[in-house]
Amino acid sequence: MKTLVWVEHDGKAVKDATLAVVTAASKLGEVHLLVAGSGVDAVAKEAAQIAGVGKVHVADNPAFGHNLPENIAPLVAELMGSHDAFLAPATTTGKNIAPRVAALLDVMQISEILSVEGEKTFTRPIYAGNAIATVESSDAKLVLTVRGTAFEKAASTGGSGAVEAVSAGGDTGISSFVGAEIAKQDRPELTSAKIIVSGGRALGSSEKYQEVIVPLADKLGAALGASRAAVDAGYVPNDYQVGQTGKIVAPEVYFAIGISGAIQHLAGMKDSKTIVAINKDEDAPIFQVADFGLVADLFNAVPELTGKI
Amino acid sequence: MKILVPVKRVLDYNVKPRVKSDGTGVDLANVKMSMNPFDEIAIEEAIRLKEKGVAAEVVAVSVGPAKAQETLRTALAMGADRAILVQTDDEVEPLALAKIFKAIADAEAPGLVILGKQAIDGDNNQTGQMLAALTGWAQGTFASAVNVEGDHVSVTREVDGGLETVKLKLPAIVTTDLRLNEPRYASLPNIMKAKSKPLDTKSPADYGVDTTPRVKTVKVSEPPVRSAGIKVADVDELVAKLKAMGVHS
Repeated sequence: MKTLVWVEHDGKAVKDATLAVVTAASKLGEVHLLVAGSGVDAVAKEAAQIAGVGKVHVADNPAFGHNLPENIAPLVAELMGSHDAFLAPATTTGKNIAPRVAALLDVMQISEILSVEGEKTFTRPIYAGNAIATVESSDAKLVLTVRGTAFEKAASTGGSGAVEAVSAGGDTGISSFVGAEIAKQDRPELTSAKIIVSGGRALGSSEKYQEVIVPLADKLGAALGASRAAVDAGYVPNDYQVGQTGKIVAPEVYFAIGISGAIQHLAGMKDSKTIVAINKDEDAPIFQVADFGLVADLFNAVPELTGKI
Repeated sequence: MKILVPVKRVLDYNVKPRVKSDGTGVDLANVKMSMNPFDEIAIEEAIRLKEKGVAAEVVAVSVGPAKAQETLRTALAMGADRAILVQTDDEVEPLALAKIFKAIADAEAPGLVILGKQAIDGDNNQTGQMLAALTGWAQGTFASAVNVEGDHVSVTREVDGGLETVKLKLPAIVTTDLRLNEPRYASLPNIMKAKSKPLDTKSPADYGVDTTPRVKTVKVSEPPVRSAGIKVADVDELVAKLKAMGVHS
């Protein structure tokens, strides 16, 4: 089987999410990459180094500059004439583009695969991760999105893919990019961090989040996360949100501080290797999944913890 | 303009799903069902656009069993003008749903179709994008703000690093994210009024759509259970555990 992997990048470098998708694709067959964007020579060179990669298709065109699915999907659909499967990371970019590609090809997409069980058989989470479905496609071509935390990342060096320019596609003229507001974080990205410190509603305010959660994260070199309640209350920006409707993470250690553990939150973090919960309510559902639980007032316990590690 | 809003009847979001012991699916017998939360947000946004004078009519659509009527009545009670139930007892995949909605869009000629970003049962996050592909319209997915300005719509989208804004030519497809709005509750008088609003019942065959699944569910199982953890007595014990794992500054 010949696969085509969507390379997610920021115009300068390949994003980590792509590496896990390469691993998933390599379980199906020969791995080709697609680098689409505007001025993406450096990204294409970097992509060609990824271990196990065959060809790197490069579509360099201003129309592809901002990942507009109206322009990208027809390009992918055309390349799918010579590929059997299209795989994209289950990021907001991948989720935006892949279903549009699938419908253009008249195939059903399989979303957020967790494992490859056979040439057309995969597992995926349903009901916010409360059930795992094993599904088998009967379509001639596959369109898959891949949950990044479920696959090892392919090595980013050691490969020698052949770079080939693609001239297909262009601007469909029905959509345009206006601008972006990207939250600034001088710390690891949430989805690839080894340690995450997350705060919930019990913090009570944005100031307390800064005062209690941030110092612990700083000390551990951790990424910052939050429950939906903390985001809705305005303690932190919404891209901090971990859960079914936010980001799905699986770090080595996840600190859930003042988070009760609603099923929508658990869906985003219960594959973490070790979960540490600090909550004053000993009946909070978070303690059912926590490896280490501390029943205590977070305003005393967390600063003490920060001081002692 | 007219706004079309597809809504889905799903297991209520507060109910913990139980996997059937024979591995065929999740047990939906005698459990509370509700409108998919993202679809409530879609209905709310459509009604707000009507209240602003942007939309003239809001049409709610659902594909599902006879009981999906209740979901449509909820949409009507919130403020939708009329409803279409495409009745089927089969589980309909996003691709077939998108084909049904495409046929309805062809007949109704809406200026906007607003959908939830995903249904909380299948967690697919596909239908809106697929409908956009089939209609050839632009898509504004994961919307946290929607502004109709003349012949286009500006959509602010929740993306991984923050927010981005795109400008789409109308007609267009929008899918809602959680922070787009806070859906209203239907008042009792409006629930009563909703009972007399028009609700057409159709079938997938009326739209010429084959709903045979492309993806077969081989089995549904419980997720791996985490082994039970321990409660530590105090911060010192927690620090010792963390250090033993190699977590330290």
